[in-house]
Formats: sequence, structure tokens, C-alpha cells
Amino acid sequence: MRRVNKDERTRISFTLNGRAVSGEAESRMLLTDFLRHVIGATGTHVGCEHGVCGCCTVLIDGVAARSCLTLAVQAEGRAVTTVEGLAAPDGALNALQQAFQRHHALQCGFCTPGILMSFTDYLARNPHPTEDEIRDVLSGHLCRCTGYAGIVAAVRAVSAGNSKQPS
Amino acid sequence: MKPRRFDYVRPDSAEEAVAVLAEYGDAASVLAGGQSLMAMLNLRVAEPAVLVDIARLKELDYIRVANGKVEVGAAVTQNQLKDWPELGGRLPLLAAALPFVGHFQTRNRGTVCGSIAHADPSSEIPLVLAALGGEVVLRSQRGTRVLAAADFQRGVMTTARAPDELIVAARFPTQWTRGVAFREVARRHGDFAIIAVAACVEDRNTLRIGIGGVADRPAVQHAPISVAADAKDMFEKLAQELEGYDDLHASARLRRDLLRRVGPVVVEEALRCAA
Ligand code: FES
Ligand code: FES
Repeated sequence: MRRVNKDERTRISFTLNGRAVSGEAESRMLLTDFLRHVIGATGTHVGCEHGVCGCCTVLIDGVAARSCLTLAVQAEGRAVTTVEGLAAPDGALNALQQAFQRHHALQCGFCTPGILMSFTDYLARNPHPTEDEIRDVLSGHLCRCTGYAGIVAAVRAVSAGNSKQPS
Repeated sequence: MKPRRFDYVRPDSAEEAVAVLAEYGDAASVLAGGQSLMAMLNLRVAEPAVLVDIARLKELDYIRVANGKVEVGAAVTQNQLKDWPELGGRLPLLAAALPFVGHFQTRNRGTVCGSIAHADPSSEIPLVLAALGGEVVLRSQRGTRVLAAADFQRGVMTTARAPDELIVAARFPTQWTRGVAFREVARRHGDFAIIAVAACVEDRNTLRIGIGGVADRPAVQHAPISVAADAKDMFEKLAQELEGYDDLHASARLRRDLLRRVGPVVVEEALRCAA
């Protein structure tokens, strides 16, 4: 049984974008804060801190989840992927990121890391979504700038470029 | 905001989990998907002394069919159940309702039993459980008991779970009909439902109707099929009886009004699907 008492600081380890990371935290520390303040991976943004805006979305074992609704200690031993893990090591943007750039799917970019992570998971499960399906996934995010049209266009473009045919 | 301090415990088995609950009782909260509880901790609406994390318990991560019921373990997420290939065939009403539960991202973590435990009066899964006459399985060191959905959910976010009990599973009776319909009205897709209505044709003579978001818990009606002819009157009466409540999202009056309008449409849709 894993136990962390409330006044204790404990060592928490997991893989972040394929690399082993670890740091000290209290039981109550959120994964968002652990990523940003302990590890220094500030690509993951924090908007509302109660699960509404979707900015903080990361992949935990490949599955898109709110990191503000996750304790750092819950990520122990897991594989966490954040927006920093999307581009190639030389900084070349991946197909989804390029499409966001091309279709003006971001303005201030605050919401973008979370949206990229959601669609990274979703497109892996459903490479050719309908526009309704795209909008349904997007309903889990708030963007104050774009009006969402560019984001839908970007995801559609990536799905059109996906090699597999719709089943 | 950030949660207050708490002791975090991650038991390795359900047996250990109920031992921890027996020790701390009221002071402990069970954490599974955390899609409601973590937000409440962050907002400091909930301030448990101990958090018992059951999300990794393999023994609670199962969906199985037994005795005409689909049993869903406490670690099963909403998306896991939504993507279960047999769902549409065995539980068409639940299949119709699950896409309305939160968002893709929250369903990835939020659990089926967690939603039942949270007992929000506008929440979809407790509504379907009640409408189908399902059950909740509770385990403690004192033993295991099974409660009917109607006896489990007692009021707004209030259930019959004793502080030392762990919800280990929920059981949904298999449906033998295609005649189901589910609709809800929310400010934004995936937000809390202002009202939700579920209907299912049980057999040639009976209709089951479930209503969420109007009373302090899901309201269930069994009605003869013939009632569908004047569904309007039935929902008028129900709206008066259930009254509705005022909150941030809507007034009681709006809830009653929505029920009058949406109810008959849902009944008609269920009958059409059954035909
Ligand atoms: S910061 Fe996590 S959902 Fe808004
Ligand atoms: S690009 Fe500014 S919030 Fe979305």
C-alpha cells in the first residue's frame, strides 16, 4: 500500500515524453503544478483548475486527461505525454501542429497545448472523425480567441492527410 | 485553488481499501477518476483528512454479464463502458446516455461508479441506473450488501453508503428492447444537464420514464404504453409534482417548462425506435 502523510514530502517518479523524471511533492500537489514548478515543463497551461477549460490536458498512459484533476502522486509509474513531446527532437512540428499553424487554429495559444493533446489521443483512436465528432471532442475545451473554426479546419486537414481509409 | 492537505493512501486490494475506510470512516473520501472529487478538493468544497485512491485496483476493473445484468466494477471509466462492444446490444439506454456524460477528456478518467457515488441530481448515469431498476454493490468489513438504485440515492449528493463502505460495482439489468430514447438540455454540450429525460419501452404494455435534474434525485415512472397518447398530460402532472429547483444553471420554472416540452418528444422517440 502506497501512503503519503499530509505533512510529508515524497519522491514521485514517472516518464515524461519518454524520459524518466522525478521530484519531491506533497500528497496534495496537482500534476499541473508538479509538471510546471517541480519539473519545469511549462508547456502545459493552467486555466481554471477545476476541470472546465481543458488547457491542462495531457496524456496519461496515452489517454487524454485533465492534469488539474490529477494528483502528481497518481501519475507515479505512468507515462505522461505533454505538448513538449509532440515535436521532433530537432524542433520540427508534427502534422497536427503544422495544421494548427497553417489553419490559424491559435491566436494567443493559451488553450492550444491542451487541445493538441486531446486530438493526439482522439485521432489515434478515430483517424477520420466527422466534423460533429471533432466538435464533440472540442467541447471539452475553451478557447477565448479563435471561435474554433480554425481548430476544426486544422483537425479535418490532418484527418484528410491520414493514410488509413475510414472503416 | 489548491486542495487542503490530506493523507493519501493507495491500497493494493479492495480488501485493504475497506480496511482503510473502516479505520477512518467519515474522514476519508474515495478517489477513483476524480472528475468531480478533485474539482471539489481544488475548490475546497470537500476537505477529507484521508484520500483512498482505488483507480488502480485491477480487481475492480471489469465489465461482466451475469444473471441478466451487466456488472460494472468501480475502476471502470465512462469511456471504457461507452466503448464496450456489447453495450448497444445489452444496454441501449445507457449507450444513448453516455455520450452526454461530461466530455471525451473527462470520460477518459471519470468512472461509472464514481458518478453514481457522487449522486448529482442532474447526472446521467444515476438516472439510467434508476430508470432501469439497477443495483449498487457495497462492500465493507462487515460484509457485502446490494441496494436497489432507488434505495441508494437519497437526495442531492446524498446516498445510503455508510462511511466504511466502498461501492465495488453497479449492476444494470439487461434490456430486451430497442425502444429507448434519451435527451437532455444543457447550456453547453457536456455541461451539467438542466434536465434530462430517459424513456424505454419495457414490454408491449409498459414504458419506463426517468427524469433527472428536476427533483433531488432521479424520478422514475412506470406508465402503460397507452399513456403515450397523452404524454403531454402526464408530463404536465409530473412537472407539477416534481416542482424543480433553482440553481446557478436554471430556475425551477424553466426546469418544469423544459420537462413539459422535452418529455413527450422522448416518449415518442422511444416508441418509434421500438416499432
Ligand atoms: S486548468 Fe484543468 S481544466 Fe482548466
Ligand atoms: S488561442 Fe487564445 S485561448 Fe485559444
